[in-house]
Amino acid sequence: MSDPLNTPEDAQQELMAFMAGGQEFCVDIMAIREIRGWTAATPLPKTPGYMKGVINLRGTILPILDLSARLGLGMCEPSGRNVIMVVQIANRSVGLLVDSVSEIIMVKANEIQPAPSVAMDEMKALIMGIIPVGQRLLSLLDVNLVLPEVEVEAA
Amino acid sequence: MSADDPFEAIKQTFFLECEELLTDLEASVTALTFGDGDGETINAAFRAIHSIKGGAGAFGLEELVRFAHVFETYMDELRSGRKTCDETAIRAMLHASDVLADHVSFARGLIPSMDEERSQTVANDLRALMDDGGPVGAAAPTPGPSLDPIEAEFDFKPVMFDFGDTTSVPDDVTPEGWIITFKPHIRLYETGNEPALLLRELARLGPCQISLDTSELVALADLGEPSACLSWTIELDAPVELESITEIFEFVEGECDLVILPKGNSAAFVEESSAGDVDIAALLAAATAPAPAAPATDEVDIQALLAMATAAAVPAPAADAPAPVASVTPTAPAPSAPSTKAAAPSGNASAAAGGQASIRVDLDRIDKLINVVGELVIQQAMLAQSVAECGLAASSTVKVGLEDLEQLSREIQDSVMAIRAQPVKSVFQRMPRLVREVAEMTGKNVRLITEGEATEVDKTVVDRLAEPITHMIRNAIDHGLEDAEGRTASGKPKEGTIRLAALHRSGRIVIEVSDDGRGINRERVRKIAIDRGLISADANLSNEETDNLIFLPGFSTADSVSDISGRGVGMDVVRRSIQQLGGRISIASTPGKGSVFTMSLPLTLAVLDGMVVRAGGQTLLSPLSSIIESFTPKEGDLHRIGARDWVIRFRDRFLPLIDTGRVLGFAGPDAPEITGRDGIAIVVENEGGSQVALWVDDIQGQRQVVIKSLETNYRKVDGISAATILGDGRVALILDIDALVVLGRQQANQSEFKIAS
Amino acid sequence: MTKKILTVDDSRTMRDMLMLALSDAGYEVVQAEDGIDGLETLEREGADVVITDINMPRLDGFGFIEGVRANPAHRGLPVLVLTTESSAEKKARAKEAGATGWIVKPFDPVKLVDVVRRVSG
Repeated sequence: MSDPLNTPEDAQQELMAFMAGGQEFCVDIMAIREIRGWTAATPLPKTPGYMKGVINLRGTILPILDLSARLGLGMCEPSGRNVIMVVQIANRSVGLLVDSVSEIIMVKANEIQPAPSVAMDEMKALIMGIIPVGQRLLSLLDVNLVLPEVEVEAA
Repeated sequence: MSADDPFEAIKQTFFLECEELLTDLEASVTALTFGDGDGETINAAFRAIHSIKGGAGAFGLEELVRFAHVFETYMDELRSGRKTCDETAIRAMLHASDVLADHVSFARGLIPSMDEERSQTVANDLRALMDDGGPVGAAAPTPGPSLDPIEAEFDFKPVMFDFGDTTSVPDDVTPEGWIITFKPHIRLYETGNEPALLLRELARLGPCQISLDTSELVALADLGEPSACLSWTIELDAPVELESITEIFEFVEGECDLVILPKGNSAAFVEESSAGDVDIAALLAAATAPAPAAPATDEVDIQALLAMATAAAVPAPAADAPAPVASVTPTAPAPSAPSTKAAAPSGNASAAAGGQASIRVDLDRIDKLINVVGELVIQQAMLAQSVAECGLAASSTVKVGLEDLEQLSREIQDSVMAIRAQPVKSVFQRMPRLVREVAEMTGKNVRLITEGEATEVDKTVVDRLAEPITHMIRNAIDHGLEDAEGRTASGKPKEGTIRLAALHRSGRIVIEVSDDGRGINRERVRKIAIDRGLISADANLSNEETDNLIFLPGFSTADSVSDISGRGVGMDVVRRSIQQLGGRISIASTPGKGSVFTMSLPLTLAVLDGMVVRAGGQTLLSPLSSIIESFTPKEGDLHRIGARDWVIRFRDRFLPLIDTGRVLGFAGPDAPEITGRDGIAIVVENEGGSQVALWVDDIQGQRQVVIKSLETNYRKVDGISAATILGDGRVALILDIDALVVLGRQQANQSEFKIAS
Repeated sequence: MTKKILTVDDSRTMRDMLMLALSDAGYEVVQAEDGIDGLETLEREGADVVITDINMPRLDGFGFIEGVRANPAHRGLPVLVLTTESSAEKKARAKEAGATGWIVKPFDPVKLVDVVRRVSG
């Protein structure tokens, strides 16, 4: 996976924009495997609060993580409107429960600004930078860091 | 190791094959040990060693080749009857087999170093046995066909000139060319050699003038037998080494008259060699002045020669007018006589021999297939459920079709599982050596009998069987069998017997290790258990319960564990490793007669027999292998001990009761207490063999499920061993009983601590 | 036309090695596991050249070659034996049985193909 902060200034990058906890985020589109509707997860005992549990993704057991809770934006009470973004983290597949996905945006590396220090601790650790798009402000999420309880070697 | 490198792949095949060959060798040697062997047994052992040597040579495994060669040579002595297959010989073979196995393991990288000294010693022992002119033959088992007489029969006389003996051609001077006279015997054709091909090879060395002498064709044709009627003279105009020419004729030594002369020195040769066996002069005459009947003395077209050569091997047409050479039609060398059946035994066993074809497949691919088939079964169950909800009549075509589909899905699943199945032979084959070693260490005479080696079980299970079996056998020899004196005193044969058997029983594999030793000393076991605080002094135990005390953790400690079966490993460890495989182990013993250890294991680790339960609002699976009994408690069975702990009465004992939903955190802290809910107690046995009861809301039935790892995409979760997908497509978690018991204990401690503080 | 070679060897390793070398050189390869299997495979499938091991269960290489030669249809069929040693004894015995030539194990794939070519054109 390319690091958007270290790519040449004018290199274009495709990002997927989405909503979580009522805020706008985006991730490198290369990390996304598929997007599917919410299905009830089987809860796992003895796991952090943001772990929703596991679902059956065509025969494999897919862990589902409430991204809003993970980012410190409060627990999501999922309904049929929510979606799961299946992302690839190293050699694992993980489902991220989000409010909705909005669009694919193209950004140049120099459009990504470092995250300001006002952000909350949970969030700041997972944000690689911020991207102003018109009136909106999107936070660029580093998916490699969303699952702290499994050792993920940097891709 | 690259799977793409075919050579490396073959090397892996070689090692696998070595395993099989070593088993065969072991089996042969074992048979000989018991006096069951004959000449063919020795032959089989020889072949196994020979094949290992052959393959090792191809991969440049020189140490292995060197040792195998000595061993093979010794086996050749035995099978030829030059040496007797007596007790000394068998002992040497046993040691040599072990060293050979070590060499293979070392070459394969399975053991870090090779005991070269031992290898040398054993090799020297073998050599010493061969050198000593020990008794020959009389008592030897029927040997394979001896090779000696053949050497005598084979009276190959090289016709070629030996240039070492001649002074006319200095060794170091290569002549400018050669004149080669070549007259095939009938034998040359009979062994599938082709003069034309030999001539073609010669032509590759340089420009050739080839002349064909067909003078004998006419004279011999009317014999009605295929015969060699042609001879050639080749003038090779190239300064090549003599070896280049002799190499071409390497295969036909003795099957032709061959004269090779350096060009221009022929005269000198005739004189030198005329004393030989062959009529050199005649040949030379043919070479220098081709017979008048030859079609051409100049350059001959190779094609035409090919035709001639082919024709030469054809049996001449019966009698009458032999065709002139020029009109001999080139035909197939073989007469189209009715194909007579080859002179081999059992000519119609084609299915037996040709069958057993196999392919090698990556395990990954099979596992993928197993996954997909598991999916198929789930999908079909989901479909069946949807159809059922539609309320169709049982006789509707959809329902009937669906039932057939279910049947097929199950069959596919079973067949796919069978792909991973392997015979337990690979584990059993390691045991004779173990028995020998332990027997030597303990000074006991032990005979090992194995049964059911062909019993199949999932590959993963096979791989993990070795350890518990090893422990059980060590234990049986060390503790079970008496020493020779003890056995004699009890009227038993000096030699103790260990029996290792595998069989299928009700969907599981059962492994039995039995001995004909002294049996379990129940009084002693009971005393140890009481001393170690494992049972109370007044505990009333059945014989069976007493015997099974040996599996309790803490039963075997340093002083009861000898060097051999011990190494700090008690039967509790054996029990645990078996339970981790979803298996059970038990012992039955008759004092003075012996003991039988029986372990039963699932045939595969990919599926699990589980009980579907509900706890804390969740559907969970409890592995059937750890469940002893489930029951609905009567009033007065449940008792609270301390602040939050509960116990339950089970067969006159009180067992700790674990509230499954609460321990796993599914039921919140404000969920009603156990007594406030209906529920069922499931008595399970944990790794240590102690029993606890799990409290669940409901039992929904038994089911075989496909095990899915949580670790593939997430990580190990406390209290949970894996997950599975139920018929409705939802994920259900499989309980890890041992971890659950630990969790329950921890929570109890924590709550006590809270109350205390 | 692709020439068909029958390899007869009880060792899977050897069969694989032969297969690798011969199919690389463009030959079609059929395999048999011992002498009896070899004779049956030869009857069933035919072959342009046969390469056989000597030490095999059921029917050894010598017996196999004798079996091949006993059928007049296979009289001129090139049959090469694989031998571990270059011992004159084995070669002589093989010749006796009717072998065309021999290949000494471990074989060099290039030499193997060269020998096959030498006896089969």
